[in-house]
Amino acid sequence: MSGFFDWMRGRSPAKNSGTVAKERLQLILVHDRINLPPERMEEMKAEILAVISKYVAVDRDNVDIALQQRNRDSLIVAEIPFSQSHDSDEARRRLAKAADEAADEADDS
Amino acid sequence: MGAKVITVTSGKGGVGKTTATANLGVSLARLGKKVVLIDADVGLRNLDIVMGLENRIVYDLVDVVEGRCQLRQAMIKHKQFPDLFLIPAAQTRDKTAISPADMIQITDKLRPEFDYILIDSPAGIERGFRNAVAPADEVLIVTNPEVSAVRDADRIIGLLEANNKGPAKLIINRVNPDMVRRGEMMSADDVTDILAIKLIGIVPEDEHVIPASNSGIPVTLNENSRAGAAFRNIARRLTGENVPFLPMNDSVGFFQRLARLFTGQGE
Repeated sequence: MSGFFDWMRGRSPAKNSGTVAKERLQLILVHDRINLPPERMEEMKAEILAVISKYVAVDRDNVDIALQQRNRDSLIVAEIPFSQSHDSDEARRRLAKAADEAADEADDS
Repeated sequence: MGAKVITVTSGKGGVGKTTATANLGVSLARLGKKVVLIDADVGLRNLDIVMGLENRIVYDLVDVVEGRCQLRQAMIKHKQFPDLFLIPAAQTRDKTAISPADMIQITDKLRPEFDYILIDSPAGIERGFRNAVAPADEVLIVTNPEVSAVRDADRIIGLLEANNKGPAKLIINRVNPDMVRRGEMMSADDVTDILAIKLIGIVPEDEHVIPASNSGIPVTLNENSRAGAAFRNIARRLTGENVPFLPMNDSVGFFQRLARLFTGQGE
């Protein structure tokens, strides 16, 4: 029935298949163009997050790492907010751990 | 250097490459240009059928390459346009009977005598596609406003760029303006937006196209056909003329739709 009112007003229903087609294509092509399937992309995201979390506390709920298109160029855009907690002990522990690891590496070489 | 070599390709099959090649060839001939069409789809030839020239084939492209005839002998002259020729593909051979170098050699021989050489590429990204694209000065990509066709077009665009054959130009074929208006089909803008290459033509879906290929008379010779008009416009754009795009009836009002409902008329 809502379709009839849409028709009366010359309007299309909220999300029609033309829009779905465009959205699906954009997602397919972004992976096709850099030859990186979605599963590998997820692995890469996890690894990026792991590296950053080694140094700073990350607000994992609000992380946004995505591929984007500008004309025919692809780029990865990451928005990784730091966690709001002012836990200075936590920060100090992280720093100390990172310093230890760096020292270990220096010893190894 | 003479003729411009234009290859018509698509990636996906069945989107209208052969129809586009035939109609652009006829449209350019109507503009007084000297045109030769080459069917590069060796093994699955069809351009001769769409052009209505299938009964006049004596020699084909592979005969030329393998030296069984002179280039001239494989060129079939169109009944209506004396400056329009077709070099048909071989039907009983495969794509490996010809190499990219052969295509360059043949087009180089034809260039001094013609204004345009149009090559109908086979579907796919293998040998036949590479043969068809090798001599191209310009590449036209035909697609339909469908997910699979656009995806394949994107792959072709990437391959052409990697081989310094870009930027290609886009023909969006079989656009149904009614479906676009209802939101059930991607618009030409949507497709151009996604592929990010220059648009050279939008061809509406048109019931005149199949009868035209049934009788071997390209649809652009039918003055009542909207698809035919779209192909004539693309041909003029190829010659460098600035031709505005045909309106696609994007904004039809309520009363017009009501009237159409009662009279049962299309656009």
